[in-house]
Amino acid sequence: MGRRNKIIGSFAEAIADIPDGATIAFGGFAGPGTPYNLTRALLAQGAKRLTCIANTTGGAHVPRMPDLGMLVENGQVAKVICAFTAATRPTDVLPFTKYYDSGEVAAELVPQGTLAERLRAAGAGIPAFYTPTAVGTELAEGRETRVIDGREYLLEYALPCDYAFIRAWRADEAGNLQFRLAQRNFCPVMATAAKTVVVEVEEDILPAGALDPDQIHTSGIFVQRLVKIPPAPEGLWTIRRQERAK
Amino acid sequence: MSATTAKGWDRQQMADRLAQEFQDGWIVNLGVGIPTLCSNTDIGDRDIIYHAENGVIGYGPVLPAGQEDLHLVNAGGQNVSLNPGAAIIHHADSFAIIRSGRIDVTVMGAYEVAANGDFANWKIGGARGGGIGGAMDLAACAKRVFIILEHNTRKGEPRLLRDCALPVTARGVVTLVATNLGLFAPTGDGFAVRELAPGVTFAAAQAATGAPLTEHP
Repeated sequence: MGRRNKIIGSFAEAIADIPDGATIAFGGFAGPGTPYNLTRALLAQGAKRLTCIANTTGGAHVPRMPDLGMLVENGQVAKVICAFTAATRPTDVLPFTKYYDSGEVAAELVPQGTLAERLRAAGAGIPAFYTPTAVGTELAEGRETRVIDGREYLLEYALPCDYAFIRAWRADEAGNLQFRLAQRNFCPVMATAAKTVVVEVEEDILPAGALDPDQIHTSGIFVQRLVKIPPAPEGLWTIRRQERAK
Repeated sequence: MSATTAKGWDRQQMADRLAQEFQDGWIVNLGVGIPTLCSNTDIGDRDIIYHAENGVIGYGPVLPAGQEDLHLVNAGGQNVSLNPGAAIIHHADSFAIIRSGRIDVTVMGAYEVAANGDFANWKIGGARGGGIGGAMDLAACAKRVFIILEHNTRKGEPRLLRDCALPVTARGVVTLVATNLGLFAPTGDGFAVRELAPGVTFAAAQAATGAPLTEHP
């Protein structure tokens, strides 16, 4: 594939081929790096029985932006793999909770560092690893552990994905990415773990050679599709916290 | 609960007391809720690096509306500033810092703490889902685990117990607990009272606790 072919004109086109049953990782953490535009396009595209990987199931903030919770409400999700399947504040009820409690959607609850490392392992060609995290907890019940140098570790498997949806600050046409500040979070490891990486890009996509090779966070080798986010209101940008609080 | 007429410390005072334990040069991870308040505490010229799970290393105070950078949040989603020497890394590297034991202390909230150092903070009774976030990685791997919590539930039930009733986050890791009533250290079969908040008697603290208290030597 020629490098110029990575630039795609619309979000709908960039995700048109996603089949029912696909596994998709969604970048983002507390806002920055979240692929709102790709998620909105997926809501319209309608693929079903998806397995969705993200830090949270979404829906904790008002006004809501397109998130995993909306895909769940739209009947597109079979399973989520997340570090939160309940709100951080126990009195908050997530949109996801109703579907989980009724058994309509399955969930795998994974400690956040284990989630990141399972993605990293998948992207690094490592099938499994041992971690001290979650040893002695409900999550470790019935699972393989091993004592190494006197400490007990839990076996965790890599988490490969069919697609990753991420958001970046800058990209060049070769697919090289730069993230800005907290936007980075899970995005680079998800990009390595997925067969097809789709990126919504905040700034204009630059010609190859325009980005300093020393300042690339994700190599274009990991990236297949780039879409420039159009100006608001057509494109979804970051919501301000004070608007969330209303 | 007539024994606990003295309310003791408020939330900021609980955080302030625990933050006094931070040593110069420590790398500190603060959980959401009351632990975040530790970053407001004046600890003089001690140099602390605040680590956030999302790879924001060396963040500073929360910025007021209008001054925030929307690309920059801490683990609680607050728009923070960066201190000189800050660095941005990705999530897997951020948890490499945690898992490799480089966090000097993690301060977390909890529902329950047990006398043997177990604690529970990810799942409430009867819930199907849970909120683990980075808590299990931090609890299993940080050099020290400090807990801040209200001494009793809203119904007046103790949160410092012989054994956790809720599913635990990690076992045997908690070394220090700040509550509104004082500062306590798990001893295995109870809690040692390191300090009591002003107006709180030993008898009142014992009456509010679900495990034996001992005077700190």
